[in-house]
Amino acid sequence: MSLPRRAADLVRSWPLVRQLTGPDPLGRGAAVESNSADTEWHPRTADADTVTRSVCPFCAVGCGQRVYSQHGRITHIEGDPDSPISRGRLCPRGSSSLSLVTSPSRVTRVRYRRPGGTDWEDLDLDTAMDMIADRVVDTRSRTWQDTDDEGRVLNRTLGIAHLGGATLDNEENYLLKKLYTALGAVQVENQARI
Amino acid sequence: MAEAHPVGFQWVMEAKARGAQIIHVDPRFTRTSAVADTHVPIRPGTDIAFLGGLINHVLENERDFREYVVAYTNAPMLVREEFVDAGDDDGLFSGWDPESRSYDTSTWQYEGADVAAASGDRDQWDSDEHQPEQRRESNRLTHLLGQSEGAGSGGANFTGEPVRDETLQHPRCVYQVLKRHFARYTPEMVSRVCGMSAGQFRQVAEAICANSGRERTTMWVYSVGWTQHTVGVQYIRAASILQGLLGNVGRPGGGIMALRGHATIQGSTDIPTLYDLLPGYIPMPHAHKKMELSDFLEADAAAKGFWGNMPAYMVSLLKAWYGDAATTENDFGFGWMPRITGDHSTFTTVLNMIDGNCEGYFVLGENPAVGTTNSKQQRQGLAALKWLVVRDLQEIETATFWRDGPEIETGEMRTEDIDTEVFLLPAATHVEKAGSFTNTQRLLQWRHKAVEPPGDARSDLWFVWELGRRIRERLQDSGLSRDFPIKALTWDYPTEGVHGDPDAEEILKEISGVDAHGDPVSGYTALKDDGSTACGCWIYSGVYADGVNQAARRKPGGGESIAALEWGWAWPMNRRVLYNRASADPEGKPWSERKAYVWWDEETRSWTGHDVPDFEPHKPPSYEPPPGAEAQDAIGGDEPFIMQADGRIWLYVPTGLADGPMPVHYEPEEAPSRNTLHPKTRSNPARERFERPDNLYNPSDHQPGSEVFPFAFTTFRIAEHHTAGGMSRWTPYLAELAPEMFVEVSPALAAERGLEHTGWATIVTARSAIEARVVVTERMKPLRIDGELVHQVGLPWHWGPNGLVTGDAANEIIGISLDPNVHIMDTKTGTCDVVAGRRPRGQELLEFVDGYRARAGIIPT
Repeated sequence: MSLPRRAADLVRSWPLVRQLTGPDPLGRGAAVESNSADTEWHPRTADADTVTRSVCPFCAVGCGQRVYSQHGRITHIEGDPDSPISRGRLCPRGSSSLSLVTSPSRVTRVRYRRPGGTDWEDLDLDTAMDMIADRVVDTRSRTWQDTDDEGRVLNRTLGIAHLGGATLDNEENYLLKKLYTALGAVQVENQARI
Repeated sequence: MAEAHPVGFQWVMEAKARGAQIIHVDPRFTRTSAVADTHVPIRPGTDIAFLGGLINHVLENERDFREYVVAYTNAPMLVREEFVDAGDDDGLFSGWDPESRSYDTSTWQYEGADVAAASGDRDQWDSDEHQPEQRRESNRLTHLLGQSEGAGSGGANFTGEPVRDETLQHPRCVYQVLKRHFARYTPEMVSRVCGMSAGQFRQVAEAICANSGRERTTMWVYSVGWTQHTVGVQYIRAASILQGLLGNVGRPGGGIMALRGHATIQGSTDIPTLYDLLPGYIPMPHAHKKMELSDFLEADAAAKGFWGNMPAYMVSLLKAWYGDAATTENDFGFGWMPRITGDHSTFTTVLNMIDGNCEGYFVLGENPAVGTTNSKQQRQGLAALKWLVVRDLQEIETATFWRDGPEIETGEMRTEDIDTEVFLLPAATHVEKAGSFTNTQRLLQWRHKAVEPPGDARSDLWFVWELGRRIRERLQDSGLSRDFPIKALTWDYPTEGVHGDPDAEEILKEISGVDAHGDPVSGYTALKDDGSTACGCWIYSGVYADGVNQAARRKPGGGESIAALEWGWAWPMNRRVLYNRASADPEGKPWSERKAYVWWDEETRSWTGHDVPDFEPHKPPSYEPPPGAEAQDAIGGDEPFIMQADGRIWLYVPTGLADGPMPVHYEPEEAPSRNTLHPKTRSNPARERFERPDNLYNPSDHQPGSEVFPFAFTTFRIAEHHTAGGMSRWTPYLAELAPEMFVEVSPALAAERGLEHTGWATIVTARSAIEARVVVTERMKPLRIDGELVHQVGLPWHWGPNGLVTGDAANEIIGISLDPNVHIMDTKTGTCDVVAGRRPRGQELLEFVDGYRARAGIIPT
């Protein structure tokens, strides 16, 4: 291809040239109209039943979030302009909060894998909770330590351990520590160590 | 910071717009460096040398804020004659015992004062009176426990009055001890160790000094780049010394800011799901021959400062947990508390699992199968359990290790042979439950519930409460003494919503504390040691003052105050800058009008200012403690550091640390270079190591075999992913923004190893090998360390085998070596090899790694 021909092609490919030489030189045709011209566009936040004040679940800056819901489902999450910390801003992670909470791949039913099992099985939540409570009581009684070899009081089990993430609420951590300490489980840890 | 805390970084940019100079010290040139005034490259693992150099610059040139230093730090205190500083060759302080790999700290003490008295029947106290073998056992335990038993967050207590020299001239005063200790950190030495030029180092040092003093303050901001080391605590200590000398603590625009990585990781430390702490940094009781409540309180309550009220905090906690069952007669149930006997941290616990000593594991919102260092070891632990409960939003790797973990592919594990019973319970998200997060500035913010969680998903609050309820049902008729605390537990909470969630506000009220009538207390100063108050976490006391959820306050912009005091609630007592009494001089006047923050108002006889004063509101600057005064009454009106046993910043730590009273530069567990400062002691001698076949270390420091792993690596995060990816690899936008695991290499290393940009590379250590896409970038600079060229590579750690985007986890190749004070692992430094191409699959991967191990002499050929 000769150089002048290529230059001419380039000029013809420019959007403005294409518009001026095409069937809609003034740019008032279908290409620039919204695809639902008969219904007025409006933000989905306008249809929300509730707006709830929340906090971003990712890093520890603590940006404010406003959570919009309609018919019991989350429809939008955006930054809270009132927050003196974030002034309405969210980063890429915070902005992904809507897809985090509405993810189609979220686990919503209890999954159970029996010892040696090769796949998940269904299990009723109530049954699962009973089974877990049984295992705690059983393991605890089997691994209980009253004292050590020198007679020092231990009052504990090393048979049960806990590792928590750092998105567990203060109230959740409080009840966890309270229950585990009463059970004598001391191997209680969280992300702060990691 | 621009990557990991982007929205917080807007304030750095605001400061820059108002004239602040931004200096970014980082091994890599990042998005933060791009907008900083200066980028200072540094070799990972050498920050003590860098900070030590700055301290030396301040002391050498007498650039310290002298009035502040004399009045508010322990610089005038005299150290005992027996104390011997770390030697040039071995880097060891007096008291080192090579057998137990721990220090006898008795020589580190102040002259005229002693560490907590060896009173009562405590069987393992540091004391001159005890026999050497008992002392050694005590030191070993202190080392294992990672802290002195007497150390709350205010440090260990002591008795007696330390001898002081206010002129700072006595050769044994802390100021002079520091001056001698840090003299070896010259600009040239910093350059040899850290890799930056001596000229650039001097510029930074001068900029910091010029920006500190009466009129100006300098702030340090750090993240896990400072804490995930075998010397992490000493990194922070070094920064504390520097900021103390420059007068940058307790003042606006000063401080050492920890930018923490998770929404409420601060909260999970304050109300700790941590083995060694009770709520509010009260230590977990240790096993002793005689250990009643009075022994515990006598030894652990500091006599001076607000830790002197530990009996009130502890008794109120026991009352919150055990209610009417906790009485004066039964020691408020203290005897029911479990006792710790060593390191029960998550790393040791997983080794317990592998060794068959731990049966059951709850993993809530955490993903150790890819998120914890030496991930293979974590999965081996999971496979050795009887039962495992995972609660999460997605099918994370920890829940599916038995089906598709890397060991299934290599043939090391067979699904049918794994006997672990696994419950994967769906969890509620942050918008499907109410509760509080504590952010990185200690600010509690309440989240209201927007919708109910779907299907079987429940809040963790529901889960723990329901589990406790069912366990209590099973044990209600038990006559065993070990079951009594479970039966005595206060566990009745009102419920709400369709799933019967316990009312989170009721729990916040319990955390905040109530009086004998059940009315909310105003704050921790209202707590009593006689059982008339109950409080779940004394430092959070007041968050429900006046029956109002203070954490839910949302006045736009935080109200009129520049400290935004009406947005959320910061512990303690809504104070936003800790120790802010130090923003005024000893007489209570602001150090300068420009930096005025909290000051004494003679007219109203009270402290006032822009923040809630972190001081007793009506204690005048002239207050002098009467003889025999205790707790806060023993803190003078001119002593701002009210949690410390001497009211002062510790530039030198006379007790409470496992690895020395002052920071020393040691090389990491794995380093490509020698310890230039202390050739005879390569790494932190007190660090915690695990020499096991499942945690092999690379030969380091020119030892035979170290040439097999010639490069240094460090790990980092990017803006588009979160931690090990559990909350980001399953969301389409983030997955699309950062779809693949990658390794950053310099053009020079790419040329040396034949690596192509966007091609594949395999990174190998003694633990394992991973593959990653290659990013060839000038951001990774080879450094000249002590005359040798050292190549570095950078690894993000957000990937794993599950999710929308998958990749190898960086944690596969990192070994476990821990800081001896806090048992936190080093993930920021290590050595490795890098070769072009993808890693082998299946059994061949094991053979590939074994080949490296054999060549390095770690396993027989």
